Amino acid sequence: MHQVFEVAIYVFSFIAVFVQIFFLITFFEGRKSIRRIFAEILEYPSITVMVPCYNEESTIAGTVESILALDYPKDKIFIKLIDDGSSDGTFSAMHKFSSVPNLEIIKKENGGKHTALNLGIENSSSDFVACLDADSSVHPQALKRMIPYFSDPKVMAVSPSIIVREPDNIIRKAQKAEYDLSVYVKKMLGLIGGIHVTPGPFSVYRREVFEKIGMYRKAHNTEDMEIAYRMQTNGLKIEQCHDAFAYTSAPSSVWKLYKQRLRWIYGFINNTIDYRDVLFRKKYGHFALFTLPAGVLDIFAVLVLFGNFFYVIGNFIYQKAEAASVVGVNNLVSVPSHFSLFYIGSKALLFIMCIIYALVIFSILMGRKMSEGKARFSPSIIYYIFIYSLIAPFWLVKAVVNTAISKQPAWK
Amino acid sequence: MQKPDWKKYLLTFLITAILFVSAFVLSGYINSKKINQLKSIQDKISVDILSSETQFSLLSELSCKNVSDEVLSSELEDLGHKLEWGQDNLGNSDEVTYLKKYYSLLEIKDYLLMKKISSRCGVKSAFILYFYTTAENCSECQKQGIVLSTLREKYPELRVYSFDFSTDLSAVKAMLNIYKIQDTKLPALVIDDDVFTGFQTMDSVEARIKESFKLQEPSKKVSNAKK
Repeated sequence: MHQVFEVAIYVFSFIAVFVQIFFLITFFEGRKSIRRIFAEILEYPSITVMVPCYNEESTIAGTVESILALDYPKDKIFIKLIDDGSSDGTFSAMHKFSSVPNLEIIKKENGGKHTALNLGIENSSSDFVACLDADSSVHPQALKRMIPYFSDPKVMAVSPSIIVREPDNIIRKAQKAEYDLSVYVKKMLGLIGGIHVTPGPFSVYRREVFEKIGMYRKAHNTEDMEIAYRMQTNGLKIEQCHDAFAYTSAPSSVWKLYKQRLRWIYGFINNTIDYRDVLFRKKYGHFALFTLPAGVLDIFAVLVLFGNFFYVIGNFIYQKAEAASVVGVNNLVSVPSHFSLFYIGSKALLFIMCIIYALVIFSILMGRKMSEGKARFSPSIIYYIFIYSLIAPFWLVKAVVNTAISKQPAWK
Repeated sequence: MQKPDWKKYLLTFLITAILFVSAFVLSGYINSKKINQLKSIQDKISVDILSSETQFSLLSELSCKNVSDEVLSSELEDLGHKLEWGQDNLGNSDEVTYLKKYYSLLEIKDYLLMKKISSRCGVKSAFILYFYTTAENCSECQKQGIVLSTLREKYPELRVYSFDFSTDLSAVKAMLNIYKIQDTKLPALVIDDDVFTGFQTMDSVEARIKESFKLQEPSKKVSNAKK
């Protein structure tokens, strides 16, 4: 049994290193284009920013204020606050902004985030549309930095870098490192044309995207992922603007994080199943050859590592229990008296793991350099590695199980 | 849609493969260093045993004072632990198997020498010959090993010599013949020439060791009287 795990671990480690090296080569190839684009916008296009809300009374004000603070001509921004049948005071919190020009407040029956967004798109007539989740906010310069990407007529959507707002506890700090990692990963995916999600916090689309490929779908409560899949399969280009920042309020506890990730992973698995026909098809480019296979293999890799982890821990406990049963708990020798440097592991897998961790840490640091300007090491990287190693397998296992029994997690 | 760049995939594959090969080469290098370390420990022990044997032959007629019995036991035990670990972790089974044979031989030599020293000089000690197997999954052997390790911690005078049944060495085979040990009845213990097959509980082995210590007491007195 252990040998099977060992072979599987080597195979998945190879894939993990392969993915990281692929990003690394992309990074060195595209280093010049990662610099900030200082393009003058000659004519500011009009844009509708939609804020779908469901029970967001405490965060909606901050979100709207950040839109109002955007450095962009005020007559070109239209704001639509869409209350998706909230049962709390969201609707009255929205009314605080009712006097703001170009701001519309819409109330509808609860139908899910995608229905709220579709209503917003249908009621707009601007050149561009953007979505901003009601628990997020946006950097004042974000839009100004994103719009120049659309000077390429092929670019149909642009996503920003998402940063964790005020990481005040260990769980949020761990997520900060993870989001920094995804700043890097998303930029690399952007460079190869393989982005698979245009996230809720401030992705900007050309209006014609929805005319060409249709509106948002429910898509297992990950409509922002499905729309990106649909864009990719229809040959619509998605770019990543690494220096436009949207701030998100990351889950503050393990349980909230677990629920959020369960939804994401469930969405990834099920959207990928829905789009399985594109996998490994050359005509869909790196999205089909790299992004999706790497994502699927990543799930398997974590499951194998998790299985092995449990096997090792289980075996250790079993052996200790057996030892206790034959010699008594008091006689258990806990620390070997014969320890020396000799016993430090020297298996190839250990060195491979070191390579993987080094590449992951490099990626986080590069993500930081892109978003903060400095590649600074901090304890949050350690928190990320430890916390995610411990709890990520749980949401992965649960997402796989839910997929198997067709149980969909809620979006809230 | 950006066209897939096959050269990039190939380059990525090559770099990944190079990193993997390097990890294996580095691992092999460190493992061979460790095996060399084991070899040098064994050589040292071999010289020590030879030296003790010679010393014993020279002095046995005269005095027991100068015969050392401390040198070997801890080093031999440490080597045993390292070999056991090496078998699971160093991967180079041929070399480890060879080292294990050598180790078994050193154990036998140490056992014979220590028995002589013990009986002549009245050193309080108990000897256990322990036969186990690694050829098949022997859970009883693992349990027996734990019992013996615990007892060794408890009684420093206890010497446990463990032999893998499958060791392909004539000296080990001779011992198996002497005590009529069969692979179907493992683990097996030999205490003062009595053979016990199957798992022995901690209490029963401990009782037997204490008996073994008692047996030595008269000889100890005789030996002291001689001095």
